[in-house]
Amino acid sequence: MIEIQNIYKSFGDNEVLKGIDAIFEPGKVNLIIGGSGSGKSTVLKCIVGLHEPDQGKVFFDQQEFTEMNFEERVPIRRNIGMLFQNSALFDSMTVEQNIIFALSMFTDMSQQEKIERANFCLDRVDLKNVNKLYPSELSGGMKKRVGIARAISMNPKYLFCDEPNSGLDPATSILIDELIQELTEEYQCTTVVVTHDMNSVMGIGDYIMFLYKGQKFWEGSNEEMLRSDVQELNDFVFASPLMKAARDSIK
Amino acid sequence: MIFHHFGSYILLLKKVFKKPEKWKIYLKEIFHEMNEIGIGSLSLILIISTFIGAVMTLQIAFQLVSDLIPNAVIGQINRDSNILELGPTISGLVLMGKVGSAISSQIGSMRVTEQIDALEIMGINAPGFLILPKIIAGVIMVPVLVIIAIFCAITGGLIGGSLSGAVAPSDYIQGIQEGFNGFTVTVAMVKAVIYGFIITSIPAYKGFYVRGGALEVGQAGTKAVVIGCITILACDYIITALML
Repeated sequence: MIEIQNIYKSFGDNEVLKGIDAIFEPGKVNLIIGGSGSGKSTVLKCIVGLHEPDQGKVFFDQQEFTEMNFEERVPIRRNIGMLFQNSALFDSMTVEQNIIFALSMFTDMSQQEKIERANFCLDRVDLKNVNKLYPSELSGGMKKRVGIARAISMNPKYLFCDEPNSGLDPATSILIDELIQELTEEYQCTTVVVTHDMNSVMGIGDYIMFLYKGQKFWEGSNEEMLRSDVQELNDFVFASPLMKAARDSIK
Repeated sequence: MIFHHFGSYILLLKKVFKKPEKWKIYLKEIFHEMNEIGIGSLSLILIISTFIGAVMTLQIAFQLVSDLIPNAVIGQINRDSNILELGPTISGLVLMGKVGSAISSQIGSMRVTEQIDALEIMGINAPGFLILPKIIAGVIMVPVLVIIAIFCAITGGLIGGSLSGAVAPSDYIQGIQEGFNGFTVTVAMVKAVIYGFIITSIPAYKGFYVRGGALEVGQAGTKAVVIGCITILACDYIITALML
């Protein structure tokens, strides 16, 4: 379980986060949604320690992460898998090397064991015969899948995804969403996804936190969201005529 | 501003010299960087230093037109100039342009594409993993390149002098053997080791803290080379003043 308490973060005079609280439970896909500039990526970066919050605390299974120094954070970080918006695969390494990198750094597995693990992870994301390819030789969807394979290589307890569907076609987006949901159930990990893809919100959102101008404006499940009367949330989620029609038909 | 950057640079170096997570992987990276910095720059150093040696011979011969000065002095001046100054400093400046800009853009690109964030999320000390192998490789390979540069410059002087007729090969060889002071090589090696550190660490710092996109990565590379070249020249003066 991940808990964030009263997180504030500013960049210069720009106050991006204004006292965010949330609890992300294991085995669930937790979504952070909001418009551009609402602070959703900043929340994610504060949780994983890429940004230090100005105020507030982050707990990973009751351990206060924000108080820890780099060395103390390492055991927790070994349990974190993260899929970045642009995949962030290491350019100079092949797909296989990308996946086994953390294993080489932190385990004493033999080369054969590491390759078997890489193959298992690639099978899990439905990729075959790509081991020796470089990231520049992959399509956007394949990069995301390799990113997920790398994220699960260390059997993570916490999975973070920063806009996993950005730049993907609708069909591939749905596949990535399904994969994230399956892996969350399979590993019983605490998954936090930052997205503004409404298909994801309606499809996989067990818990949804809506940010608006740096504040938590609403939280609940995707079913509750359909019945919400919060104007800002409705303006964001049901912005398109198609989504409005879908909501009206459900209502 | 300059103190802010200097402070950040020192703090980065503190992170760089933390104990590696796994030496085996770092060693592999060190050998890779030694190949990139050393072998990758060899042809450039060979060409530049050979021509500098040849031109130096011609210019010294041009300036020492006197029956009172033996021609062997041309070899002597060429040798000492190359060992003390031209070998280490010209090589340092050339390597700053080639290796420094490559390091800055490599690390800067990794920063803007979130690859450094990915390393940190894994619990890897990103400054250590990315920068330490480069610094170690630079400190080892730049002195090797400087030795090669000095040898090529002296040989280039011989070839240039012979081809132009500015100095007879026998006079030149006699000159480079006369009055040799081994301490000049020590000074050259001290310079080379320090330049190796500057050539790798300053661009790594500029690349590591780059913010923005491709434009900023390019600008960081340019700044790294300019700052690095000025630092090399300042260190050149300080080392020379302290050691000679």
